[in-house]
Amino acid sequence: MDVTVKKNLMKTACKVRMGVIEGTFNAKSGHPGGSLSISDLLTYLYFAKLNVDPKNPDFEDRDRFVLSKGHTAPALYSVLAQRGFFPEEELKSLRHIDALLQGHPCIHIPGVDMSSGSLGQGISAACGMALSGKLSSKDYKVYTVLGDGEIEEGQVWEAAMFAAHYGLDNLVAIVDNNGLQIDGKITEVCSPEPITDKFAAFGWHVITMDAHDFDDIERAFNEAEKISGKPVAIIQKSVKGKGVSFMENQVSWHGTAPNKEQYDTAMAELSQQLKELED
Amino acid sequence: MADMIKKATRESYGEALVELADKYENMVVLDADLAAATKTGVFKKAYPDRFFDCGIAEANMMGVAAGLAATGKIPFASTFAMFAAGRAYEIVRNSIGYPHLNVKIGATHAGISVGEDGATHQCNEDIALMRTIPGMTIINPADDVEAKAAVKAALEIDGPVYLRFGRLAAPVFNNADTYKFELGKGITIKDGSDVTIVATGLMVSEAIEAANQLEADGISARVINIHTIKPLDKELICKCAKETGVIVTVEEHSVIGGLGSAVSEAVTECCPVPVIKVGVNDEFGCSGPAVELLKKFGLCASNIVEKTKEAVKLK
Repeated sequence: MDVTVKKNLMKTACKVRMGVIEGTFNAKSGHPGGSLSISDLLTYLYFAKLNVDPKNPDFEDRDRFVLSKGHTAPALYSVLAQRGFFPEEELKSLRHIDALLQGHPCIHIPGVDMSSGSLGQGISAACGMALSGKLSSKDYKVYTVLGDGEIEEGQVWEAAMFAAHYGLDNLVAIVDNNGLQIDGKITEVCSPEPITDKFAAFGWHVITMDAHDFDDIERAFNEAEKISGKPVAIIQKSVKGKGVSFMENQVSWHGTAPNKEQYDTAMAELSQQLKELED
Repeated sequence: MADMIKKATRESYGEALVELADKYENMVVLDADLAAATKTGVFKKAYPDRFFDCGIAEANMMGVAAGLAATGKIPFASTFAMFAAGRAYEIVRNSIGYPHLNVKIGATHAGISVGEDGATHQCNEDIALMRTIPGMTIINPADDVEAKAAVKAALEIDGPVYLRFGRLAAPVFNNADTYKFELGKGITIKDGSDVTIVATGLMVSEAIEAANQLEADGISARVINIHTIKPLDKELICKCAKETGVIVTVEEHSVIGGLGSAVSEAVTECCPVPVIKVGVNDEFGCSGPAVELLKKFGLCASNIVEKTKEAVKLK
């Protein structure tokens, strides 16, 4: 990846993470851990991959994005704000009464293609969108992000079967493999492993990638682009809470908002990271 | 009703899909391995490129329908009522209802008249479940003519619609040449002054028969056909409550949460009168021939007559 492009993506991802902290702090609730683990991915998608237009969010031929792991909406909202779909200021009223930004993605928010949040459902909607694109001979692609805990839902595998059966090669599902879910390590709660083998067995082309390395992210999506005849699953190895030292790899940060002190520390850390990138 | 042509509304559903396909080019049909039973098979045969079997995976089918609707298609997602409203309830609520997507759910084999398959497949709860979803339109047609009109009406509105069809052949009492379907409007089939029988679906023809028997016994019963359960024609229901002073509801559905409940909720707000509910009481169904089951569970003209006579005494 071009060095300048990469640096810009890293800077944007840092701002996206600050938005996650801003949103969850002001909401006094929400899910920072899994939002931070997908911040690099969403930054790459919205700034280097997706054909979207903040001025015309509903144009018919746009690429679609479904956040199947809908509880990490703070990351989606933050990246949409960075991309210009709505003012950054909105992040401060995340989850507030009468606010634009609902606790989980809602189709009526500019830039949000599908309501989601009840786990296991987004991937099915993504399948429907991909099938629809095929039917209408559209070139758009559909991207969906699932949690590694989310794939314990049976509906995910119904969808996986469907996507392979109908050869939905315009569909890319990214599994955020941070290894943690609410009750603990995914391998200890009710293990969905081996994840790569499962998607391969369901007829998907499977790619693994480092979720926090833009060169590797680009490599994975370039490979995905070349696949025809079958859907692509990208298993991204990620760190829950990535970017905020005290949140990294801590299951306790799945669904807890930072208090004022933690907010200040997290923002200071992210500001420092941003400063270093800008120097 | 004995000399009338009989036809199951699931047959009407399949035929209507075929008849409307050319006019509505964005229409697609999904099924979950039941195309032969839901009668979407006739659509599959006529329009194979617009039919998608999702296999025995109703949850995913509803989600796929949501995605199709979000990208401009008008999907009809078809399976038995038990699985459409029951198994897939939460997907219908969150992926279709909450984003208010233009998905039409074609639910066949509703109610006790599924017959021999027994309790696991006899869905007497679907209307109750679907009524709780904000913005969901629910249509329960009474015969072939009404069922076809209902499919067309569903296509003409933007938003989720739950269409309820039956397995058992039902008397075709409406005249296709004169019948007019108005979404959300009840139909006064027979006028009367002593009592109003409000019926829906398969029970409308039984209600008509009951009203005719009651007339012979000196009771003037009005018969209302409520094909659209949501939004309910509250105006008509309240008018009937005021004019006849007592209501009997008849449905092939649980007495909890269905037409009877909807009518009761309406009259308590405008004109509280006794509402007697004929339906499946708080119990599961069982195996048996459909017609015998309907009698066993009191979903027949003779029981409606009996219950209406009791109802009139409450005035």
